[in-house]
Amino acid sequence: MPVPSSDTKAAPQNTAAQGEKLVSLKGITKQYGNLVANDAIDFAIAPGEVHALLGENGAGKSTLVKILYGVIEPSAGEIFWEGKRVEINSPVDARKHGIGMVFQHFSLFDEMTVAENVAVALTDLSFNEVRKRLKQVSEGYGLPLDPDRRVWTLSAGERQRIEIVRCLLQNPKLIVLDEPTSVLTPQESEGLFKTLEQLAGEGRAILYISHKLEEVRRLCRDATILRGGKVVATLDPRESSAREIAALMVGAEVGDVARKPKARGSDEVLQVQGLSMPARSIHERPLQNVDIGVAAGEIVGIAGIAGNGQSELFAAISGERLADEPGSVVIDGVAVGLKGIDSRRKLGGAFVPEERLGHAAVPGHGLGDNTVLSHHAIGGMVQSGFIAFDKARQLAARVVGDFDVRTPGADALARKLSGGNLQKFVVGREIVRAPKLLVVDQPTWGVDAGAARVIRQALIDLAAGGAAVLVISQDLDELFSIADRMAVIHEGHVSPIRPTGEWTREAVGLEMMGVAPHDAH
Amino acid sequence: MRIELVPRTEPKAWARALAPVAALLVSFAIAGLVIWGMGRSPVAAFQVYIADPLMDPWSLREIAMKATPLIIIAIGLSYCFRANLWNIGAEGQFIVGAIFGSWLALATHGTDAGMWVLPAMLILAMIGGALYGAIPAFLRVRFGVNEILTSLFLVYVAQLLLDYLVRGRWRDPMGFNFPQSVVFDTAATLPAIAGMGRVHIGVIIALVAVVVTMIVLGRTLFGYRLRVSGDAPRAARFAGFSQARTIITVFCISGGLAGLAGIIEVSGVLRQLQPSISPGYGFTAIIVAFLGRLNPIGILVAGFIMALILIGGENAQIMLRLPFDLALAFQGLVLLCVLSADALVSNRLRIVRARA
Repeated sequence: MPVPSSDTKAAPQNTAAQGEKLVSLKGITKQYGNLVANDAIDFAIAPGEVHALLGENGAGKSTLVKILYGVIEPSAGEIFWEGKRVEINSPVDARKHGIGMVFQHFSLFDEMTVAENVAVALTDLSFNEVRKRLKQVSEGYGLPLDPDRRVWTLSAGERQRIEIVRCLLQNPKLIVLDEPTSVLTPQESEGLFKTLEQLAGEGRAILYISHKLEEVRRLCRDATILRGGKVVATLDPRESSAREIAALMVGAEVGDVARKPKARGSDEVLQVQGLSMPARSIHERPLQNVDIGVAAGEIVGIAGIAGNGQSELFAAISGERLADEPGSVVIDGVAVGLKGIDSRRKLGGAFVPEERLGHAAVPGHGLGDNTVLSHHAIGGMVQSGFIAFDKARQLAARVVGDFDVRTPGADALARKLSGGNLQKFVVGREIVRAPKLLVVDQPTWGVDAGAARVIRQALIDLAAGGAAVLVISQDLDELFSIADRMAVIHEGHVSPIRPTGEWTREAVGLEMMGVAPHDAH
Repeated sequence: MRIELVPRTEPKAWARALAPVAALLVSFAIAGLVIWGMGRSPVAAFQVYIADPLMDPWSLREIAMKATPLIIIAIGLSYCFRANLWNIGAEGQFIVGAIFGSWLALATHGTDAGMWVLPAMLILAMIGGALYGAIPAFLRVRFGVNEILTSLFLVYVAQLLLDYLVRGRWRDPMGFNFPQSVVFDTAATLPAIAGMGRVHIGVIIALVAVVVTMIVLGRTLFGYRLRVSGDAPRAARFAGFSQARTIITVFCISGGLAGLAGIIEVSGVLRQLQPSISPGYGFTAIIVAFLGRLNPIGILVAGFIMALILIGGENAQIMLRLPFDLALAFQGLVLLCVLSADALVSNRLRIVRARA
């Protein structure tokens, strides 16, 4: 596998003739009852083209991509592959044609190893052959993977690497990537872009789905923008500003988050002192001597690459996992290291985990039921063991109203909401109780620009109202735009916290890679 | 060509509600074909299996008595199954409950012990069943052992324990060496309901269990906790619900109710311990729980349906000379059809023809 040289940093060589499209979609329509997910979409990609598909969550991108990959059958419309009309009835069909897919939501078997997951999709190769090629490709593309680790022990970022490598192993003509960089560091993303450019240079077409406008402008010369299931524009993203493109996506001008600089208070609401936690399995990150202080009124950001101990840190601070020492975690002056999440909530703590579905919310339960999850311990909602479901539904309705959550119904099932709307709900659910401390893990992971802005503004407003906010995020832009102070987590160790203004991207990047010049223990 | 199950994006609510009815109709149809294949009239079989027992007051009372243990056990199982925990050992918990309760009946035999004996027997039986149910729960929590296997295996231990007792130290010395205990005193016997023949107050206990469970599962934080634990274990941790405590609690509830059913059967129907005190109630109750969609009212209805099949099977054995095994096969058929109907409600069949 050729390693891309550094001088390919410029634009991909998009020289394919217009007449010879690799794939064309004509009038693709998909209806679910009254909802039109895709409305007469026309769309084409030529070999060697890197084409961006942009749109908010719910704009119809996923539906379109699933139709292309044979997962969903279109209600109307035609697909042409290399000029011939084809029917793609299943992912197997799609792969036979040469379409490779990297889904945003991983389709991996948790109990199986990395190599086994890859082998499932490549039935014509022997397992040893798969293992060998997996290692070659993953190293060649800078996506390191241990073939023998079981998937459930891997972080989200590592799982995505499997998806990418699995796709590359099938030698596809068209590669579809759904939000591939959402779990990568800037350096890793840059490596991925080079890989993609190399692949495009080999004549492969790439359909790139992302919310991150900057990276789309970095990578693509053609972009199709969807809104409400329709194509609203096809343009060259380099000739339009990020703001213009965002406006096309959300249908209205997107404002930046508004915040005022302020002095740091001295009353610490959250103190993490010398917190160490052993790994419970060889695949967990041990936390090493973590010190974090968050004062009332400030936002502290923790940057870091996926799988460096963020989930473990969140579990330790929220109380999902108990520490060994009471004083390792202090909330509002009370040592809570040995107390569970409900006790910490009673002291004013509020927590939003990384995974929306299955962790922050029960997919098959209504929004009302889902408010009970984090509110049952803090009064008002449960009396002598009985749940006041009407109060729960009222609270859910308030969150829906206050945070502009778009839902199919006031008490809709959590899984019926799009990612961005559910994220607004689970963040809003914690904010409506006016917590003294909010700890959020990946607040805008895989969320569209509009929802991300609502969430970030809510975090800023909460801090402005006097709450302490701790944001664990892999999105550097996000931390630079909202955090008052920042630190980086690397291999379970958290760097000293410094004011955001004193950090540069390079410095953060170096900390993330664990190669910062200063002595970090 | 192959057949695929494609998940439906929007399973219909009415389809979900009607699925058990459709499943019953399909299993009747299949059973009818089998009976026809055995050279009997399916119409006559339907008459004997279903119609006659529903017309005859004596049969109706027998059905109520057979349904009682099924409903009580299935209600208990619904706590486990809702939390996605698989207690397959209700049969064993039923037997151990019966042994615990019967111990008091035998210990007070021939004395003038009063009214307190029966309630104490019921409570002892629940404790016994709960303790026996706690064994697989403890093994799961402490050592991560699969609760399906341990709970199932413990059934055989319980059956052999009972066998040992009734052939050994609890055997009636005046019983001509038959392996059975003495017949319980009146104080240790579940009273019949006036005007209802043999029907004992266990039926009322079953109804109470149904109502209490409706409230607990539907309205309380505890019921909510079970649903969350079953549907999304990580969300349960986020909500502050300890998984270990959930596992131990539901196994104790489920074991306790199975034990209660055990002593009700022994003190209300058999009135003595025998080597075998259950025609597989603990296993049939699994079918009842699923046929009733883990919903208390559903379980009530399903319990009567399964009891009807059992009584009908006995009638068919006598009147049509159809083997009783057919009734058991029919029960299995019902479970299969219910599970298939559920699968078809949330998925649709797609026939994929091989591409040329």
